[in-house]
Amino acid sequence: MDRDTRTQEVWSALGTVTDPEIDESVTSLDFVTSVQIQPGNKIRIEFRLPTYWCAPNFAFLMASDMRDAVTELPWVEKVTVELLDHFSADLINRGVALKQGFRDAFPGETDDDLSAIRLKFLGKAFERRQELLIRHLLANGRDPAWITAVSLRELMSLPLEAEGVRLRNLYVFSRRRNHCEEEGFAFMTVDGSPLDSSGFRTYLRKVTGVRRNAEYNGFICRGLLAARNAALIALQTDEQVKKSGVAGVQELQNETAAFRSVAGD
Amino acid sequence: MFTTKSGEKIFVIDGHTHLWDGSPANQRNIHGKQFIDCFYDYHHLGPDSYIWPKEKFERYTEEDYVKDVFEEGYADVAIFNPQYLGDFYYNGFSDLKRNEAFRQQHPDRIIANGFWDPRNGENGLDVFENDAKAYNWKGVKLYTAEWHGDSKGWKLTDPWAYRYFEKCQELGIKNIHVHKGPTIRPLNKDAFDVEDVDDAATTFTDLNFIVEHVGLPRLEDFCYIAAQEPNVYAGLAVVTALIHRRPHYFGEILGELLFWLGPDRILYGSDYGIWSPKWIVEEFMNFELPDDVAVETGKSLTLEVRRKIMGENAARLYDIDIAERRKKLGLSLPAKAEATAAMV
Repeated sequence: MDRDTRTQEVWSALGTVTDPEIDESVTSLDFVTSVQIQPGNKIRIEFRLPTYWCAPNFAFLMASDMRDAVTELPWVEKVTVELLDHFSADLINRGVALKQGFRDAFPGETDDDLSAIRLKFLGKAFERRQELLIRHLLANGRDPAWITAVSLRELMSLPLEAEGVRLRNLYVFSRRRNHCEEEGFAFMTVDGSPLDSSGFRTYLRKVTGVRRNAEYNGFICRGLLAARNAALIALQTDEQVKKSGVAGVQELQNETAAFRSVAGD
Repeated sequence: MFTTKSGEKIFVIDGHTHLWDGSPANQRNIHGKQFIDCFYDYHHLGPDSYIWPKEKFERYTEEDYVKDVFEEGYADVAIFNPQYLGDFYYNGFSDLKRNEAFRQQHPDRIIANGFWDPRNGENGLDVFENDAKAYNWKGVKLYTAEWHGDSKGWKLTDPWAYRYFEKCQELGIKNIHVHKGPTIRPLNKDAFDVEDVDDAATTFTDLNFIVEHVGLPRLEDFCYIAAQEPNVYAGLAVVTALIHRRPHYFGEILGELLFWLGPDRILYGSDYGIWSPKWIVEEFMNFELPDDVAVETGKSLTLEVRRKIMGENAARLYDIDIAERRKKLGLSLPAKAEATAAMV
């Protein structure tokens, strides 16, 4: 396997790791700043979050998920994940390198691991994806009675346009992750209770709130990361650009410009 | 004062402003540098034409404040909601003495709030009481994400916090501005949790809890709490800044707040100096709820609703008689519509 293919495989593996709060991959959010393949198929991954203050528990989850996802590649011998410019970077990097649980990585600070919070945010991801799909179906002529009664089997065989297929795939993946049931209603609450059409509007309002929060996180995170990277460019311009070459800087500038255009400035 | 196209005068109270010193000379450590750098990144979410040089952003002057907030930012009255951050800055991020000196220059236009930290215990209670009396505080800003030695944050439900709330009651300080940002500890929990507001607001029903940034990114939890607790208010600082790049999204949030809290419990704030109030006020006054939001929530941004958000709600909390204050400030007489609205 040549170097480019291996690099590509690492990036694809990282693409399966999501930020739990935003429910988007760490690569599409541009958190991963570099992937290096060192002699002996040792992988070094660096990532930077939008702020120095980002919650260490989520940072730890993402870092260990990245380590695990890349370790699963059969040819990989060793994975090092390094979080940059973060107040807890040392503890997180050390804990991830030693394959520690969160409790051991932050000794004396917590008596619990992160399974509860991970589960909570998988639930939020389920609701967010469900809301997007439900709204899409409503906009395309389906009514609450149909949505609350449709089976997963029927939903899967429903002809949809590309956007609908994308939203359905996202939701069904999340549904499997949460419930592991292939029969029964397509839509249910995160606890597995069926929806009823009389309480449908209230329910939709609730899951809309969940989607909205994830969207807020996504917007703020992208904006702050673009600004942080732009500031980094400004810092580098004086000293480091000559050394490191302009390619990386150009990439960062493009990223900033992309954020500006998406954000509508 | 903001004048609409149709000539209506809107009394503006900016519910969330700062004078700070985040300059390198005041930075105690890397955390102090990273703190102001992070604010500066937020600054960039505003329009490009309002971006300041880093040096100005780190420490702007009282003259900048007067120009940006009062002369160009439409505010008749503005509120300081200071942050201490003594672990990051030698002289604190906000300096209460500097705030007070500035307030004394503009006594009818500035409300300078204080702060307390329950981790200062018994001694802190005395300091708080002395400061509150000396500065005649009407409100406090609580920053639960503040570092303090080994502690990286606290909760409104901590036993000592209750002692300080009781002290607020005793001193007649009824406005509690709570910044809900990421509280680091306990590490295994959701850092943005707003549930402690619920407990505190239920226990201290005579205090007003203004939740700055409306608990984002936990808006749904905030709305759930606020819908049940009549003494919980939404502070729009940071939210208003979304209006520029994400107007539809801003409309969704505002629609939710109008739906769950109604128009009487939402307070405008610019979060100056993170952003300049001029563009925020102008964009807000020209803003309409998007059609889909208006249909779903059944709400609309009438002139009366705007008046409440921009000033009347804060005036009620801070015992400001708008008509009287207008006279004092030498502002022109209110339009008829407002005189009626103010009596409601």
